[in-house]
Amino acid sequence: MRTAIVLLVLLALTAVPGSLLPQRGVASDPAAVANFYRQHPDLSPWLDRLSLFNVYSAPWFAAVYVLLLVSMTGCVVPRCAQLWRDFRAAPPPAPRRLSRETGHRRGDAAATTDPLNAAAAYLRARRFRVTSTGHEVRAEKGRSRELGNLAFHLSLLVLLFGVAGGKLFGYEGRVALVEGTTFANVASSYDALTPAPWADVNGLEPLEVTLDDFEAEFETEGARFGEPRSFEAAVSYEGDEENGTFTVRPNRPLDINGTKFFLTGHGYAPELTVRDGNGDVAASGPTIFLPVDQAFTSDGVVKVPDARPAPLALQGLFLPTAVEGPDGMGVSAFPDQVNPIVQLMAFTGDLGLDDGTTQSVYELDFTDLEQVRDGEGKPWRVRLAPGETVRLPDGLGSVTFDGLSRFANFQVARDPGKEVSLVAAILLMLGLTASLAVPRRRIWVRRNDDGTVEVAARSLSRRPVPPGELHALASAIGLSPADGRQHKEEE
Amino acid sequence: MTSFDAAALSDAFVTSALAVFSLALVVLAPAAALSRTRTRTAPLSVPVPALEGPRDAPALRSAPTHGSTRLAGAGQAGVVLGTILVCLAVVARGVAAGRAPWGNMYEFGLTGSAAVAVAFLIYSRRRPVGGLAPWTVALVLVLLGVSVTSLYTPVDDLVPVLNSRWLVVHVAAAIAAGALFTVGALATVAQLVRQRRGGNDQEDHFGALAHTVHLVAFPIWTFAVIAGAVWAENAWGRYWGWDPKETWAFITWVFYAAHLHALSTVGWRRRAGLLAIAGFLAFLFNFFGVNLWIPGLHSYAGV
Ligand code: HEM
Repeated sequence: MRTAIVLLVLLALTAVPGSLLPQRGVASDPAAVANFYRQHPDLSPWLDRLSLFNVYSAPWFAAVYVLLLVSMTGCVVPRCAQLWRDFRAAPPPAPRRLSRETGHRRGDAAATTDPLNAAAAYLRARRFRVTSTGHEVRAEKGRSRELGNLAFHLSLLVLLFGVAGGKLFGYEGRVALVEGTTFANVASSYDALTPAPWADVNGLEPLEVTLDDFEAEFETEGARFGEPRSFEAAVSYEGDEENGTFTVRPNRPLDINGTKFFLTGHGYAPELTVRDGNGDVAASGPTIFLPVDQAFTSDGVVKVPDARPAPLALQGLFLPTAVEGPDGMGVSAFPDQVNPIVQLMAFTGDLGLDDGTTQSVYELDFTDLEQVRDGEGKPWRVRLAPGETVRLPDGLGSVTFDGLSRFANFQVARDPGKEVSLVAAILLMLGLTASLAVPRRRIWVRRNDDGTVEVAARSLSRRPVPPGELHALASAIGLSPADGRQHKEEE
Repeated sequence: MTSFDAAALSDAFVTSALAVFSLALVVLAPAAALSRTRTRTAPLSVPVPALEGPRDAPALRSAPTHGSTRLAGAGQAGVVLGTILVCLAVVARGVAAGRAPWGNMYEFGLTGSAAVAVAFLIYSRRRPVGGLAPWTVALVLVLLGVSVTSLYTPVDDLVPVLNSRWLVVHVAAAIAAGALFTVGALATVAQLVRQRRGGNDQEDHFGALAHTVHLVAFPIWTFAVIAGAVWAENAWGRYWGWDPKETWAFITWVFYAAHLHALSTVGWRRRAGLLAIAGFLAFLFNFFGVNLWIPGLHSYAGV
């Protein structure tokens, strides 16, 4: 047990640094480790060498819990065997001096019945294991305490299997879907995919999901003005065996054969049509703009490499509820679309799409780009409301703000170990409750040669014998204090 | 919407509870000091009708002969009244919000104060642990006071991710376990202080109280963690992600597991007490430290 305690304390202590230092792969902020590196360039490589940015997969952390589980198995399995023998053996004889045991009382039994038979019957009815000899009744109850204790400790091993199942065979991915678009569940359609080492990324659940509609509601008054109140993503899906429609909400994922789609975020996708200098449509449709603040001021770019006479790029700011800011710049005052405006700037030149490096669709590579300027030589800027069209200077073409779609971010996850973990958790809960709540105890009833009857109990755990249990037994066999021989109960 | 202003009513209950608890503390502190010099085992509780069936143990209570006992009686009545008031505050807050009243840190503090007071009243009945009463009341006052002065937020709806049945279950279990841990920690400190002063070990009432409370609290805390994992699975797609809040819940759990083991280890009683206190500090840090200083998915403190 000492080893167990030391290891448990060690486990608690080794878990601490992971909550204070940024961790890789902990969902809240993917850039946290990189930021920390930037702020502490000298310290970070050392921390990294000690696995302090991924504490929970660090070898030293694993060492602690593996040792703990090994020690636990080594401790609990022999106990299993011992218990098995205990449970098959009859309850042991009463100690010679019953008066030293808990709740001891001695008295005369009612003459009408045989007290030993009555006691045995009473205790059997209360699910004690009972053996009777000619002069005493031995009873024991509360085996479920020990069984619970075993179930609890062994469930920790089962839990390890469940966790390992997810860590070895599961995957997580992220995808952003604009209203009206369809996602096919293959590795290449994900915006980001993090598979476990043995996950089968070529065998993902055959599935197509379409975002039909996205609705968001926000608080319109009071101190929490602008806080989100509800999100709903109406999707339709088509799998191998089933298809249908579903409304994904926070806390209500779409679950297709264990592949789950969770709604984790949303934003706007303005529909912009770009015509080039020849009047041909060079780009059209919704473009995802990433929200940068609580009021959904959003950033986005449109790349139009095929525009004539020159390739074009638009950099935009979308404001769902545009108001005049302090410095004359537009800002968004509310996350919902009350007065939607896109503000655009334009660039021409080489977009850098052909040089082989991968480029984010949300950012421009400005190296070979030149800003488009108006007649006075100032950077060209426009503000467009839905339905408006504006011409670019120098015959570069025109831009139309056709309307607005929304997009939703989905976290997609598959964890093949989670059912095992759930079973382990239930076993753990039941086992623990039994192991802490059930008192294991023995009760003895003895008839002495002088005709008096003695009753006493002993607890086999740190829980006391339930109060009143002996009292009820004594009344059941009609025990009344023997004259002159009355013994005070010691509690 | 309700026709009367339940939110204001809740705030009024809180104010009265603060006043009543303060008065109770003023009365209880000298009572405890007096009774310590007279008798160590004067029970705090007023007689309560027996719930556990007939008991033939001799009554622990003795007739109120000292002035200190009368003071303690008045203090006790104050504790009961304060507890009722703070419970009413919780109920009114729930009615005002139209949901379980534990959706932000203020409500957690308010409901937590009520839970600590209730847990103490339940478990101190029939036990000679009156010396703990002033400390418990002081702690409830601090928690309630901090909640009102620095965590207060007006009644409001929840952000969508918190709108889940599992939240109700998970946080309710966390509050219940936390309240019991609090009583357990107070009793453990009292037990350790008493041991240091060389109190006789035959009747370790504080230790017994701590033990009972921890035995109940530990499975509830375990359940809270499991319910949290189920909720996380439902909301974020993973049931365990070592988010700081999850991590400290785990640390708390592991310390209390170590405590329970130490209780069964000969010669480790004192260390068992220290482990329970370590567990309680981890629990406290999870509520205050993690909510206020560490960024994570659970940043819904609303302050
Ligand atoms: C993996 C980490 C472990 C956890 C979380 C854990 C947890 C627990 C809990 C909560 C109890 C109930 C305490 C009680 O009955 O009062 C318990 C009891 C027990 N544990 Fe563990 N345990 C762990 C590892 C171990 C190890 C390594 C051993 C062997 C040295 C062990 C041996 C026991 C025994 C013998 C009991 C019964 C004690 C009694 O009935 O009083 N456990 N454990």
